[in-house]
Amino acid sequence: MELTAPVNKIIPFSLVDGPGSRCSVFLQGCNIACAYCHNPETQNLCLGCGLCVDQCPAGALSRRDGHVRWDKDACVQCDTCIHVCPHKASPKIERLTPDEVFEIVHSYQPFIRGITVSGGECMLHPEWMRALFALCRKAGLGTLIDSNGCVPFTQHDELLDVTDGVMLDVKAWDDEVFRHLTGHGNDTVKENLAHLARRDKIEELRIVVVPGWNDPEATIMGIADVLGDKVRTTTLKLIKFRHFGVVGELAGSPSPSDEHMAELEGLARTSGFEDVQIR
Amino acid sequence: MSEFMDIITASNLTYGQKLIHLAQAAENAEHPIPTTPEYDWFFERDAICDMHEGNAPYRPRYICCDMERFARQGSDFLRLDAPDNLDDLLMNLQILYQNVPSVTGRPVYVGQLDRVFDPFLDGLSDEEILPKFKRFLNYIDRTVASGYCHANLGPEDTRAGRLLLQADAEVQNAVPNFTLKYDPEVTPDDFARLALKTSMACANPAYANDRLLRDTYPLAANGPKDAYTVVSCYNVLPVRGGAYCLDRVKLSQLADLATSVDHFMNELLPNATGALLEYMDARIKFLVEDSNFFQTSFLVREGLIERERFVGMFGMIGMHECIEKLMGPGHVYGTDPEANDLADEIMTKMCEQVLAWDAPYSEAGGGKYMMHAQAGFGDQMSSTPGVRIRVGSEPEVFWDHIRHCARMHRFFTAGVSDIFPVEPTAANNLDALLDVVKGAFAVDDKYLSFYPSDSDLVRITGFLVKRSEMEKFARGEAVLADTSHDGEGNWRANDLADRKVRLG
Repeated sequence: MELTAPVNKIIPFSLVDGPGSRCSVFLQGCNIACAYCHNPETQNLCLGCGLCVDQCPAGALSRRDGHVRWDKDACVQCDTCIHVCPHKASPKIERLTPDEVFEIVHSYQPFIRGITVSGGECMLHPEWMRALFALCRKAGLGTLIDSNGCVPFTQHDELLDVTDGVMLDVKAWDDEVFRHLTGHGNDTVKENLAHLARRDKIEELRIVVVPGWNDPEATIMGIADVLGDKVRTTTLKLIKFRHFGVVGELAGSPSPSDEHMAELEGLARTSGFEDVQIR
Repeated sequence: MSEFMDIITASNLTYGQKLIHLAQAAENAEHPIPTTPEYDWFFERDAICDMHEGNAPYRPRYICCDMERFARQGSDFLRLDAPDNLDDLLMNLQILYQNVPSVTGRPVYVGQLDRVFDPFLDGLSDEEILPKFKRFLNYIDRTVASGYCHANLGPEDTRAGRLLLQADAEVQNAVPNFTLKYDPEVTPDDFARLALKTSMACANPAYANDRLLRDTYPLAANGPKDAYTVVSCYNVLPVRGGAYCLDRVKLSQLADLATSVDHFMNELLPNATGALLEYMDARIKFLVEDSNFFQTSFLVREGLIERERFVGMFGMIGMHECIEKLMGPGHVYGTDPEANDLADEIMTKMCEQVLAWDAPYSEAGGGKYMMHAQAGFGDQMSSTPGVRIRVGSEPEVFWDHIRHCARMHRFFTAGVSDIFPVEPTAANNLDALLDVVKGAFAVDDKYLSFYPSDSDLVRITGFLVKRSEMEKFARGEAVLADTSHDGEGNWRANDLADRKVRLG
């Protein structure tokens, strides 16, 4: 069968997914479920329950052979289907081959310097990404992965060979804290951190600071410990939790204070980070 | 009341503005330039337009003095010695500016300032230079007080260029506009990023594709290393020269007269173009032969301008509405391939006719008029600037928009431009903006400008105004810069606040 991945959307331009002007490709489906997920509708693949079909005001959805079909041209992008979906999924997904996605991103040259594949969790499709990145590299496009680090990169060194870098989200350091936040343990994240550092493939590290939900102090110090000397050249982004788009327990939760963020920045700098950015 | 008394008693004009308006009214009481019946017919129907340049031109529309030469030699007429330090240079320039006319009565060009200043910075620290530059920029803003006034920088990275960018970001002025001549082969990324950071702070500079523009005109003998400069709303003109005039065909209004596309293409367009060409000839002949400007100006005598380096600009405006009227609502210019092809055909035909015409006194233009995509000035109802896509019809994807711009830019030698408000957060990713400029210029876009969508300084047709000043004028108060008058009407008439914000 032809290699495809479920593509949620392709954004021709992103300011925030790596250096310079980039095209971002979002894949559908995630292997963890963060309490603060800002795109909960990207977590799961459609089960074909059809609950959304009747609700669609544009008649863009239909049910056939146990699957929900999406008529892209009829869709008015009102997102009603996403709002009514009880499974944190979306029917507006296209299964595309690496060639098909490459054709789209290639059409954005020379305005972009590269692509960033994100999710969901894009590392659920490593072979697909490897094929896409190989095509991008040949065309002079940069290649970045945006990952939660819960799939072992150690098993995908060939993908890393065609990847410029990984933007790794290190959500929490203590395993229990991580589990509470995501429903998943974080041994793999720590292994990935060490492996990516060894291979010089860390584009940036991120910590979303969620008051009462994670342990950014321990995370900063833990990362610094793993990175060793490389801490000085690694970019660390400390991101304030914002409740927009979040559903469930954390919807409406407060953001951390500026003072708290400044303290964390100070801790990061004393831990050896030289490039610390607060977002 | 007479037109003169209306001006004299106005409550929303400053003294200086009244003086300019009275001079215009007096000039317009004379009619020395003959017109043809054909010209009159199109003129009465607003299909061709003289840009309110005045009936009896006694100075060229735009003058681009060789400021580098002035910085070397001073001026006999102004009794200024050649400056030997930065303070003297700045003072000399300020005096010269008071003596350079234009269609607005004030200079539209203050120089390629990085090259003018750079030789005078030795021995001075940045801390000493910055306050001098800021005072100088404030002097231009408050005395010239016209958003059509322009300075140039680049493409080389210079100390003066860097300090001017820093000073401009700090003073937050609408005047002068800055253009950075940009060539990725010459301009270091680091300098370009500083320029982009400045654009995100104060909407200046805008970016000119140096690779495509540098050969527009022949070099001046012993003159600056570039033959061209950018002034006003992005007119590309010979330095040590300028533009006699700018007149335009209003395609938007011309289309109203058409009974069919064929009628438009085969009768109206060639007839209007021909009528305007004849009018420009007559206008330029009056200015050169009868007004005595070039015969008497010290600018000519002292070699700061040469009559042979002036050109006439043939302008057009309103392509968007023209296509809408000719093809009907199903074909939206900018996104519909057939609409774009018709626009291409119109420009091809117009350019062929203009370039086949022998223009008088146009040595620097190779004996031809130069094509300009005119961007409007005041109220400008129902005419989108030049070949721009109307606000509200922009392509969804920014890259498609830029490709369309580049396709249409190829017709214009004397200036064509686009304006893009961008997400304020783009300031956090200057490399992304730089990629946009590089990409646009790689596909042969000639000129573009950005301003952050939340900026007080906003671009109207190309000129810059402060939103807060427009609001004041709208309340009936007098404001210093008269481009706030033009800006206020245009901003509302063309829904400029609704321009599609890019890079979001």
